[in-house]
Amino acid sequence: MTTINKEISPARQIWEEFAASKLAVIGMILLLTIILIAIFAPIISPQNPYDQSQLDVMNNKLAPGEKSLSNQTYILGTDDQGRDMLSAIFYGIRTSLAVGVASTIVAAAIGLSFGLIAAYFGGWVDTLIMRIVDIQLSFPAILLALILLAVFGQGVDKVIIALITVQWAYYARTVRASALVEMQKEYVEAAKVLALSKTRTLFKHLLPNCLPPLIVVATVQVAHAIALEATLSFLGLGLPITEPSLGLLISNGFTYLMSGKYWISFYPGLALLITIMSINLVADQLRDVLNPRLKK
Amino acid sequence: MQKYAFTKRFSTIVSGVLAPLAISQAILITPVLQAKDLTVGLSASITSMDPHYHNLTPNNGLLRHIFDSLIRQDFAQNLVPGLAKSWRAIDATTWEFKLRRDVRFHDGSPFTAADVAFSLKRAPSVPNSPSSFAPYVKAITEILTPDPYTVILKTASPYPLMPNDVATVLIVPAKLGEKVTTEDFNSGRAAIGTGPYKFAEYTPNQRVVLKTNFGYWSGEEPWEKVTFKILPSAPTRVAALLSGDVDFIEGVPTADLSGLSRNPKVSLSSRISNRVIYLTLDSNRQTGSPFVFDKLGKPLAKNPLTDSRVRRALSIAIDRTAIVSRVMEGSAIAAGQLLPDGGFGTSKNLRAEKQDLNMARKLLTEAGYPDGFALTLHGPAGRYINDDKIAQVVVQMWKRIGVDTKVETMPSAILFTRGSKLEFSAILVGWGSETGEASSPLRALIATFDKDKGMGTSNRGRYSNSEVDRLINAALATVEDSKRAALLAQATEIAMRDTAIVPLHFEVSNWATQRGLKYTGRSDQYTFAMDVRTVK
Amino acid sequence: MLAYTLRRLTQSVFVLFVMAVLVFLGVYAIGNPIELLVNPQADEIEKMRATVALGLDKPLYEQFMVFLKGAINGDLGRSFVFGVPALGLILSKMVATIELALCAMIIAVSIGIPLGLIAGLKPDGIVARTIMAGSIVGFSLPTFWVGLVLIMFFSVYLGWLPSNGRGETVSLLGVQVSFLTWDGLTHLFMPALNLALFKLSLLIRLTRAQTREALLQDYVKFARAKGLSQSRVIGVHVLKNIMIPIVTVIGLEFGSVIAFAIVTESIFAWPGTGKLLIDSINQLDRPVIVAYLMVIVALFIFINFAVDIIYSYLDPRVRLGQSAGAGH
Repeated sequence: MTTINKEISPARQIWEEFAASKLAVIGMILLLTIILIAIFAPIISPQNPYDQSQLDVMNNKLAPGEKSLSNQTYILGTDDQGRDMLSAIFYGIRTSLAVGVASTIVAAAIGLSFGLIAAYFGGWVDTLIMRIVDIQLSFPAILLALILLAVFGQGVDKVIIALITVQWAYYARTVRASALVEMQKEYVEAAKVLALSKTRTLFKHLLPNCLPPLIVVATVQVAHAIALEATLSFLGLGLPITEPSLGLLISNGFTYLMSGKYWISFYPGLALLITIMSINLVADQLRDVLNPRLKK
Repeated sequence: MQKYAFTKRFSTIVSGVLAPLAISQAILITPVLQAKDLTVGLSASITSMDPHYHNLTPNNGLLRHIFDSLIRQDFAQNLVPGLAKSWRAIDATTWEFKLRRDVRFHDGSPFTAADVAFSLKRAPSVPNSPSSFAPYVKAITEILTPDPYTVILKTASPYPLMPNDVATVLIVPAKLGEKVTTEDFNSGRAAIGTGPYKFAEYTPNQRVVLKTNFGYWSGEEPWEKVTFKILPSAPTRVAALLSGDVDFIEGVPTADLSGLSRNPKVSLSSRISNRVIYLTLDSNRQTGSPFVFDKLGKPLAKNPLTDSRVRRALSIAIDRTAIVSRVMEGSAIAAGQLLPDGGFGTSKNLRAEKQDLNMARKLLTEAGYPDGFALTLHGPAGRYINDDKIAQVVVQMWKRIGVDTKVETMPSAILFTRGSKLEFSAILVGWGSETGEASSPLRALIATFDKDKGMGTSNRGRYSNSEVDRLINAALATVEDSKRAALLAQATEIAMRDTAIVPLHFEVSNWATQRGLKYTGRSDQYTFAMDVRTVK
Repeated sequence: MLAYTLRRLTQSVFVLFVMAVLVFLGVYAIGNPIELLVNPQADEIEKMRATVALGLDKPLYEQFMVFLKGAINGDLGRSFVFGVPALGLILSKMVATIELALCAMIIAVSIGIPLGLIAGLKPDGIVARTIMAGSIVGFSLPTFWVGLVLIMFFSVYLGWLPSNGRGETVSLLGVQVSFLTWDGLTHLFMPALNLALFKLSLLIRLTRAQTREALLQDYVKFARAKGLSQSRVIGVHVLKNIMIPIVTVIGLEFGSVIAFAIVTESIFAWPGTGKLLIDSINQLDRPVIVAYLMVIVALFIFINFAVDIIYSYLDPRVRLGQSAGAGH
């Protein structure tokens, strides 16, 4: 066959390996849909849920499908402010994704760098970094968030900063642990013997081998970041209440859970579940595809 | 129409799954009403068993089970005899209290005037007290005990509020001595009162257990043992009631009221409280109010909130009935003054403002803001019932008269610190009147701020009106009740017509018990085992 | 070993010091505790009195010096709110939290590692996929939401388990524990499960990933080629090799379980430190916050130390004090 001789681009090769799992493809489609919803939320939403002047408290807590005073139907009902739940969920996905992904990427990058540096250089560098990590990890996220909130005020960016501050240390410690194990392996020793440059050893050899556990932790942490943001909102320390994320919607609806007005927290919860599930399906397969050692 | 068929069917399925969990359908499995024990779910922590350590509503309520005061407040905060049979002002600066002769402490020792003198002296001087009772006894210049059952209190100037103040101080036995510490009370060693219940156990942040005081002078209690569990999370409290873990809860969340009212296993009780939820506007700074801007976010030449027409426009833009019915689920009363109608010192001429958007726009135009302006409303999250939801609804309504409002909520620790430093332009807060008199909110919220005189202590908008000040001061020096009430009502009327603050509503407190019990609610929001009775 | 321990100890004291400084600055930045502590009906004179009584009238550095002096003598100050020594208050609540956290970790480890192993050994099987899908549910729903649904189902609807609080306790080596009584266990089950859920999902995923890695390592391939039984390959070679990162995470997570028990403790009214901490933060009760952090950090340092020792046992190539010795 001629195809054998044909050069296959690396991207195409990755895609083909990725597409081998049907679940992963479904996950990818879901994730793309969710991302599209997030991007086009202002266009596809029936209402701007962040604009108070479009809300009417007289239409609050309508059940899904119930008609409002102005004879409008809300597919997923309305919340306690009279916000259309469907629009609120679209906007909420946007906020939650932004918060979760942004904070995870930055925190993972910071954690990865510090973890590698600590493991590779050792000595006082390692000690210093690990003690900072200790301080960070034992400092309650909620107290930290409260301080940041007090000093900088409320807002999406502040929540992201708080989440990064809370999370980077996890990555640093995980990466350092796996790097220490890698350091003992022959190839690192060999690189040292060969007097390869430190940066080269770090990035070319150590980094790829520390990535798999990091990716596992990171995909879980995106979800964790979103859930943590929800928890902060639950404790009244998170996002501005007029611009709810999925987590804030859930925690608002939490109050109504026992009164049977399930839709105020159930649908945002479902949206959160699907979002996180699709992120994980894609990330799991990506990790396998990208892992040099899992290639058969 | 057809389009929504799927969603509808789906909702039916979901509600089918979740509905059995809803409270209106919940079955109470264990009717644990062993006739003689009572378990109560409280919404806030009790910080001490020392009745003079921390002047805090939950403490004051719980400790009234163990200790008595000379004068009590009934469910509507009227003063009624307690350990004192009677009291009167002998002259403008002398108060006389006649004590009951049949009262004994839990350890059997008799109660006398010496115990009153000791308690009044101890109340302001507990070491490390984060909030003492000093403000209630500071007017007293001399305590005399001519005989074991008479107490005479002298003041430097006429002081009409003496009975109200004395009602706040709980009586402990003199023989505890000056060295008694807060820890002695917490361990139970010193927690000896004359009250209907005796101390049994105190675990901070967890529970307080009390045993009945047989032979209580005011009639024995039917409950042999009362356990107060600290359950600050509202859904937890409701779940504890529904699962039969507790018999009685305070602070029923408004969201659950309709569900619980339909539940045949639960009975609800409520009482309007003296807590008014209101908005403070930055009304005295001519320029530089930190959160008032023009619509483009630039500072305004003049602070519009200093204009009483603007304040009134903001007040009548609010649909209070919508807040009461939609946000508070009917469990609040729209407010037009500082205390609910009929309270001491309230005006008969004031009603809650009705929403009138046209009038509001007209007033804004007259004041020179035909297109409105921009404003940020700051409020607490979780301090008052539905506080953050109320703030958002106010914003909805203000936007309709062209006032572009943002809302920012924060923990009360931050709100009060920054509020007292005048860092806000509009704040949503609440005020519960401890004495049940209009003098309390007038003095704290409306009077011109004066650190030294203790006036306007919570006046975070720095409203100032010399006529109102004059009336308040006159009232505070008038011992005769009817005259004082008239002065207070007059001060309230002037302040409200000038929109000194924007009152929204009075909170209604809600309690829920297992069926077979009933509770008589109180306007001071205290939760008393003494007011829980079985119904036959 | 001794030198290593000593070095860690000195570092720990430094960590504690930095934490204390951060809390002092942090609480100072948030607000003034007096605004909340003093009854709103009180006047300025009373506010001043309370400020002096709590030592808040002094400049911040002086307050810190007072704290340091006390701390050296083992006195971390009195709670502003409760008026009792803060350290005693924390320690009295610590047992309940540690008990809850330990139970949560036991649930997470005893279910998470076997499930992860199964999922890792046969990654494409239906069982593995079910486990992985289930684990996603475990960490995507907020703890407070799951907690309330658990209460509504098990306590309110079925009436099987008590909805809140800690059960009857018995004394074990002088410590009041509740897991030895039936009443205690019924109270413990739901909050422990609620707290475990996130860690459980994390452990499943981590174990699966590590197992898949390990199966490709040369020594496992070699062991299989040698004809060793599947159970021996898994039990000895795979399990031992996946343990290092897992022990790290368990060590990490145990600390965070304790610190993050706040939400679970609030929902289930569990009388532990988490509930005390959130109250203290809301009230700006600085001595309690500081004491809490001191205790948590000390505990955390101890756990890290234990984790390092377990490393050296699991993998002899990692020497104790590795961190200080590496690089030369």
